[in-house]
Amino acid sequence: MKITFPHMGTTFIPIKMILDELNIEVILPPKSNKRALELGVKCSPEAICVPFKIITGNILEGIEKGADTVFMLTGCGPCRFGIFHALQREIIHDMGHDVEFLTADRFSNYEGLREFSQRLKEASPQNSYIKIIRTIKKGLKVLDEVDTLYELTNKLRPRELNKGEVDYIWAQFENDIRTSYGYKEVMHVIKKYHLQLKEIEVDYKKPCLKVAIVGEIYTILENYINLNIERKLGNMGIEAIRTTSASEFVREQLDFIPFMRSQKKKIYKAASKYLDIPIGGHAINSIGNIMRAVKNDYDGVIHLLPFTCMPEIVVQSILPTIEKEQNIPIMTLVLDEMTGEGGYITRLEAFVDLIQKRREMKNEGKSFSWY
Amino acid sequence: MSIKIGIPRGLLYYEYSPMWISFFNELGTDVIISPKTNKKILNDGTISTVEDACIPVKLYNGHVINLQKKVDYLFVPRIMGVYKNEYICPKFCGLPEMVKYSVKDLPKMINTKIDLMKKDKLKEAMMEIGSFITKDKKKIIKAYHSAQDNYLTHKKNQKNKWSGSNKNILLMGHPYVLDDDYLNMNIKNKLLDEGYQFITPDMIDEEIINEYALKYHGKLFWLFFRQMIGACLYMMEKNVVDGVIYISSFGCGIDSVVAETVERKIRRESDIPFMLLIIDEHSGEAGFNTRLEAFIDMLKWRNQNENHLSTHGNYVYSH
Repeated sequence: MKITFPHMGTTFIPIKMILDELNIEVILPPKSNKRALELGVKCSPEAICVPFKIITGNILEGIEKGADTVFMLTGCGPCRFGIFHALQREIIHDMGHDVEFLTADRFSNYEGLREFSQRLKEASPQNSYIKIIRTIKKGLKVLDEVDTLYELTNKLRPRELNKGEVDYIWAQFENDIRTSYGYKEVMHVIKKYHLQLKEIEVDYKKPCLKVAIVGEIYTILENYINLNIERKLGNMGIEAIRTTSASEFVREQLDFIPFMRSQKKKIYKAASKYLDIPIGGHAINSIGNIMRAVKNDYDGVIHLLPFTCMPEIVVQSILPTIEKEQNIPIMTLVLDEMTGEGGYITRLEAFVDLIQKRREMKNEGKSFSWY
Repeated sequence: MSIKIGIPRGLLYYEYSPMWISFFNELGTDVIISPKTNKKILNDGTISTVEDACIPVKLYNGHVINLQKKVDYLFVPRIMGVYKNEYICPKFCGLPEMVKYSVKDLPKMINTKIDLMKKDKLKEAMMEIGSFITKDKKKIIKAYHSAQDNYLTHKKNQKNKWSGSNKNILLMGHPYVLDDDYLNMNIKNKLLDEGYQFITPDMIDEEIINEYALKYHGKLFWLFFRQMIGACLYMMEKNVVDGVIYISSFGCGIDSVVAETVERKIRRESDIPFMLLIIDEHSGEAGFNTRLEAFIDMLKWRNQNENHLSTHGNYVYSH
């Protein structure tokens, strides 16, 4: 059995590690790229969101490289994500690929977790359940470590003295991690690059403007589709703060387990003034995280969503009111398969100019209302 | 002066209006329903709503604007789901917020959460809605029962309206698109004029729909997904329809999945012609009519020519 799975930012690291540890052969599709997007766009429904298209592209590239099984998470919320696997199965079968789908429900209860380990057991009958559960635990650890490393790069990038150093080290890290096998090696690589990043010369005293990135999780995590927004902001001297990470997402799902802690309650509470009920996707998280950004005196918020994303459209209609009442600049970027960067950079630069000016005036004691 | 309750004619109005209207009437309020969709309502809605929302949601806001000055309360329920483990669409769950933050100077809003995914929640929800109007609990319970009866009779009358003639077209889409004649460019009358009967998913018995929906491989956690897949599979098996027309609104998240699934199923497993028509706020009818006419011409030719010659020179059944 050769398993492939779609990308979502750095989540491939723990997933590949888990499968490696269980001696299941993994075909890692190439990083999300133009070709994957084109392959996906060609066979996907026109009006579906871009995550679906690029995920389908990833799977197709994995199949090209010889995979015969696709591992895909499902779910059952009002967001379309829950149905991705069924539609993808039809599309891929119609294209004439004879592949199997290994699906697992999301882990929001013990049933989901059991199903996940059952699927892994089916894929690797030689492993005991104890080993599988231990490996999943290791996977969670790796996920945490990778996210910590990634957050560090966002913190360092606007403050580094030699421009481009962080990006260089991160690129090296991605190369190394793709070829490392198993828990020990992965952890070793992460540690190695953590040390390297710590040794970079940084001006810690430099004041940086802070921008919170909120919105739909896939567009936040997948750098190909958000056109490397954090890197672009970082290199403009702005600290981009990602409000959602894969590890936080998993923690939110798993917080029915006693020792798991997530920010869920705090975020829901922060959002309650504008939206007091989860309506699917990450809508309530978006609102809550914006309110937290306001509280922490961030300079601006960038809201990312794929075109036709249902929960985020509800958020979008609330945003103008928040912007006015809380006096914080919010820019919405709707992402689709058009990857021309020009217009995108222009908007980003204009936004950065605005928040810089706003900060200057604030520091001089003048009030500069956003409205 | 009795209290005036405004119900916007949009979204689930088409499904649940008999229940809501009789409930409010029983409680002794005046129910004001916005007029049928017209150009002004559509324009008002389009201007006030975020660009990326789908057209039925924009239209709903237009209806709200129409009512806003005329009523004391607006009835905008937050419908999370009406069957167990089934959602409708995230936009329905966030509808009160979307209305509240897009339309200014609204009257008071009755935005009770209606979540029927857990048992017997309808009564609780109706009690809450009733409490906006009267403190008399017995009266609310009485109104609730008569409203439910009224709804069930309405549902019964709706079923099997289709006479089973020999020229049928299955009209798929969300009820709020298929029942709003302005939005769907009066497609039902156009079909009748051409001599075709239409069948919509709500004309088919719920039990039959459920039975056939079970045959679909995958989790059906959307109400409309289940209904449409069930209707489609049933009609495919019965083989009584000459064609399938799917009307979808631009940017509809659910249709992007359902229409694709239905189209793939029909093309793979049958030879019924399928057409997807997408509507948006551009109300020019010419292009719509052209496509509809072409589709109907094609159906007629298929019936006339015994050997099923298609217009471009290949056998229709050549695959």
